Amino acid sequence: MKLLLKGARVVDPASGIDGIRDVLVDGDRISRVDTSIPAGAAAGARIVELGSSLVVVPGLIDMHVHLREPGYEHKETVATGTASAVAGGFTAVACMPNTNPVNDNASVTRFILKQSVAADLARVYPIGAVSNGSNGEQLAEIADMREAGCVAFSDDGRPVATAALMRRALEYAGMFNMPIIDHCEDRSLAGDGVAHEGFHAAQLGLRGIPAAAEDVMVDRDIVLACATGGHVHIAHLSTAGALRAVQSGKSRGARVTCEVTPHHFTLSDERLRAPLIYDTNLKMNPPLRGNTDRDALLAGIRDGSIDVIATDHAPHHADDKRVEFDRASFGIVGLETAVSLSFDRLVHTGIIGIGRLVELFSVNPARILKVPGGRIASGDIADITILAPDLLVTVDAAAFRSKARNTPFDGWSLRGGVAATIVGGRVVFANGAVPQAAGLERRET
Amino acid sequence: MPIVMDRDRVSRSLTRIAHEIVERNRGVDQLALVGVRTRGVPLARRLASLLLTITGHEVQGGALDITLYRDDLMKHAVGPQPIVRRTEIPFSIDDRHIVLVDDVLFTGRTIRAALDALIDFGRPRTIQLVVLVDRGHRELPIKADYVGKNLPTSLAETVRVRLDEIDGVDEVIIERGEGDQA
Amino acid sequence: MSETASRLRGKDLLGIADLDVSEINLILDTAEAMKEVASRPIKKVPTLRGKTVINLFFEPSTRTRTSFEIAEKRLSADTLNIAIAMSSVVKGETLIDTALNLEAIAPAMMVVRHASSGACHLLARTCRAGIVNAGDGTHEHPTQGLLDAFTIRERKGRIAGLKIAIVGDLLHSRVFRSNILLLTKLGADVWACGPPTLMPPGLDRLGVHATTRVDEAVDGADAIMMLRIQLERMQGGFFPSLREYFTVFGMTPERVRLAKPDAIIMHPGPMNRGVEIASEVADGPASVILDQVTNGVAVRMAVLYLLAGGGENEAAA
Repeated sequence: MKLLLKGARVVDPASGIDGIRDVLVDGDRISRVDTSIPAGAAAGARIVELGSSLVVVPGLIDMHVHLREPGYEHKETVATGTASAVAGGFTAVACMPNTNPVNDNASVTRFILKQSVAADLARVYPIGAVSNGSNGEQLAEIADMREAGCVAFSDDGRPVATAALMRRALEYAGMFNMPIIDHCEDRSLAGDGVAHEGFHAAQLGLRGIPAAAEDVMVDRDIVLACATGGHVHIAHLSTAGALRAVQSGKSRGARVTCEVTPHHFTLSDERLRAPLIYDTNLKMNPPLRGNTDRDALLAGIRDGSIDVIATDHAPHHADDKRVEFDRASFGIVGLETAVSLSFDRLVHTGIIGIGRLVELFSVNPARILKVPGGRIASGDIADITILAPDLLVTVDAAAFRSKARNTPFDGWSLRGGVAATIVGGRVVFANGAVPQAAGLERRET
Repeated sequence: MPIVMDRDRVSRSLTRIAHEIVERNRGVDQLALVGVRTRGVPLARRLASLLLTITGHEVQGGALDITLYRDDLMKHAVGPQPIVRRTEIPFSIDDRHIVLVDDVLFTGRTIRAALDALIDFGRPRTIQLVVLVDRGHRELPIKADYVGKNLPTSLAETVRVRLDEIDGVDEVIIERGEGDQA
Repeated sequence: MSETASRLRGKDLLGIADLDVSEINLILDTAEAMKEVASRPIKKVPTLRGKTVINLFFEPSTRTRTSFEIAEKRLSADTLNIAIAMSSVVKGETLIDTALNLEAIAPAMMVVRHASSGACHLLARTCRAGIVNAGDGTHEHPTQGLLDAFTIRERKGRIAGLKIAIVGDLLHSRVFRSNILLLTKLGADVWACGPPTLMPPGLDRLGVHATTRVDEAVDGADAIMMLRIQLERMQGGFFPSLREYFTVFGMTPERVRLAKPDAIIMHPGPMNRGVEIASEVADGPASVILDQVTNGVAVRMAVLYLLAGGGENEAAA
């Protein structure tokens, strides 16, 4: 099957391209990218006129997603999670191991992959646990999991419990040159906190999680990365202090990378008090921080010290959120709002251009996880996201493809969205609201 | 807005009522005046002063706030100040002859509430009622014992009593349009 | 500027944070009239007759609950007391389910105390009944703040310009939060004092002086409010011992002497004698602690009347 995407702006920083191009897809590969590909050269191809208002980029990769399967299928499944992903413009996701049972061995890894093949939407790259059961004691079977298909290791949901364990993990995974992804949170400092320790939490009588709880562990991990030569990737970085540590670590040659979520660069803790007070859709870990932290993240996105935008998509059943703030589960969904928030808050505000957006969403995640993607040159896999930077989007949680609705962005009007998502040359999502994408909606045989 | 009673007329009515009270009760022994807030209070005070002049005796007085005894049909506040004020009856009303004083008698619900309130304070021997204006349209079987002026009105009108102590002027006027009254 | 509102907005009282000065004045003025009811031989008025008020307490409380109960009965309401033992381990019925089940008997109001901050806000959003916050987690205890302000106003004639010291576990105290919001709105000069480990952030943003030195807080004060210290705080390592707490922060007669000669001593209760307050101070002539209890009933009557009295349970026409 051939597909010819005509006349869109192609932004492919890895190839140094930013301009109007035609893209020819053949089977599951990119065949050719050129200023004009005549219909003749694309014999038998389905031709879709995209037009210059749309932007063709290498498929977006969300390297921090919770698919909840096995064990929590009432919240999400691999099928619904990957449906949500492609609706959000993602051609691939990396899923965290805090399932039930925890993905700490090859058989769970293989199960997840089997489910993703059955769903046949976005690619799924499992992240295996660092320790058995993620209980922070014994190292899990990292080599076996790698063999089964894991691309990185993390005890996310929890921090890598001790410095000793983190050191061993960095050394061991370093054998395969794979990163350890850490959810940095010193539990003794965080205590049973539920919101960012600061003025707003105090006003609401909510126990605080101090910024220091994240910062001390980021420092720890960078020291250990330097000491072992291993690669640590800081998950959902949220504080100015942690970002400073990452910048300093990078300048000293540490192999550290970091990701930031769209909710952390959009919201801050003052939102807890208005417009909807005690909204449990604002409860996540790490929590929404202060304005200065958020501003620091925006600066880091601009200056390159932040490597990746990842959503930490954390679906929960309504029962887990429709309770007192203390009792509500931590986390919000993010796959179907990430692109719109990024356009609205980063690109249209002038903080970054689309090229940098592609680095954050595609080039860098592909590089860190060492998975295919991040570029759409001839011979690359045909994972493509077609973006609509000027599409006016009103977030409608009730229409999400995800099983879950726990988002604080319901009803928001944002500028920027997804026109279509193509995985391995197959159109897996086409946005009915984008007229040019209509040509892509026709099912392939 | 027609003035139906001016300062002079108000004064003469109160004087007449004071005499009627003395006559009907054969003196002021065991009598006490209780003004219904808000404008019943200064009226009661004036009556007490008149009774003192006539009989040489001091008559005890109190103020009754009936806001907490209102019924559902009195949803609109009684007068422009709906806030609950203190009731001040600094004497026992047991076995006394209580004279309730109010400015306007209309549906009778204010007085019904006042009777309920008084009975929570004790057991008076008798309760009599003074009103400056009776404008008709009773909804309950309540009647005044002493009336300053009978004023036939339509339901589309409002009777406004203004008193020196509160409004800086003594007059009773009729306004077009339903206002807050009970 | 002491304007008084003619009614309260909304159907609930969730916190002082939602009240403006005119509404606070309305509540305090109404409470004065309610206090007079308590001095009558028949301590009852028919205002809430036929209305049901449910006291839904998820945290044990004798003092606050009985205060509300008396207030409700004095207004002739039908009261229902429900005490639910809460364990963080036991899941059981959700808060919302519990409340919606009670709504089936059509209460006009529910007075709710809960261990989680924000629990009353959740109920207010979900229930038709008006919700009165009787203490939610460490967030607010608005009727306590109101009765404290009433007591101060009763004794001192005003609140604006007074120096008021609040001493104790400020971080975990909902009484503290309600009080500073209320007293600053009314123009008092508020001084908060406690160990640094129990000091919430951002007090200066609220216009409150913060100090760890009790002498500084109490110097020339018109009113001193002592807050309860909970034993668990000691176990949490916030300060080393109760004895040391009393030495550094306890209200002793010597410290009281630093305040104005006619200063009043307050405590929301229940008191830990010898921990936050010396017995001589608690029982001394400057103490208004028992007045606070009396005033609590009047203030709660006022709140219930203003929210539920006289007609439908929506903002009155």
